[in-house]
Amino acid sequence: MIVTETWYLVVSALLFSIGATGLLVRRNPLIMFMCVELMLNAVNISFVAFSTALRDLAGQTAVFFVLVVAAAEVVVGLSIVVAVMRRRPSATVDDLAELKG
Amino acid sequence: MAGVVVFVISTVIVLAGALGVILYRNPVHAALSLIASFFGVAIMFISQGAHFLALVQIVVYGGAIVVLFLFVIMLLGVDREEDISEEPFEGQRVSALLSGVMIFAMLMGGIFLSGRTGDEAGDYGQAAITGSTGQVVPLTEEEDVVQLGHDLFTRNILAFEATGLLLTIATVGAVVLVRNRGAEDLVVDEPGTASR
Repeated sequence: MIVTETWYLVVSALLFSIGATGLLVRRNPLIMFMCVELMLNAVNISFVAFSTALRDLAGQTAVFFVLVVAAAEVVVGLSIVVAVMRRRPSATVDDLAELKG
Repeated sequence: MAGVVVFVISTVIVLAGALGVILYRNPVHAALSLIASFFGVAIMFISQGAHFLALVQIVVYGGAIVVLFLFVIMLLGVDREEDISEEPFEGQRVSALLSGVMIFAMLMGGIFLSGRTGDEAGDYGQAAITGSTGQVVPLTEEEDVVQLGHDLFTRNILAFEATGLLLTIATVGAVVLVRNRGAEDLVVDEPGTASR
């Protein structure tokens, strides 16, 4: 039995679905960020799987850029969370509806 | 056979960690199981020959990003148990779960109903991946860090510089966002004035 890239794609789909479900279920902004990271990782798994299967380096380069963008996203996102939580320490994302028209 | 064993182990680690993230009530525990999930992904990268990416995965995700999460959790003091027994609005759990299952079904449909697997993808898959540049960078038996570095600094040099700019902007943005705007009004303890 050989591990083909289809196996990795199935794991990737599962991980992405778990991340998406968590993003919809949890109301703590920090946990929601973690779920976004899970979804990004799911995509990274499938990028590497395709890169290996098609013998093309472009997939691995894409993963590299996803990593950098994820790092930048977490930095800015967490500083927004810090700025919000300073004013109202127990805020969930449902409380942040001030701009609602 | 050994490959299958490694795959099963890493899959269990990845999925258990992911489930831990969305099921633990304490944010610190969620962050720790996020590390487990990232390590599982790193094992998958290694078993596919992407050694450099596995290393970066552990250093950047397991090291930097999760530590940043933990730092913010501790800083804000939100490391208490969260009450997740009641739903924010009725039917939220059920509909979220349903959406997750539907997303999974859609992805599985894409994987298995597309009718082509990587073994026979050939030029079809290559064309889809290379896109506008129209040229394939073949993955050879050379060390992957050498290949990745070469690809990064030749073909993707513009994107590389753009990410450098992005990181600079993110750093400045983070500082601007968390800066305490009331700080100017505070009395600063300067030497000589403090004892007044």
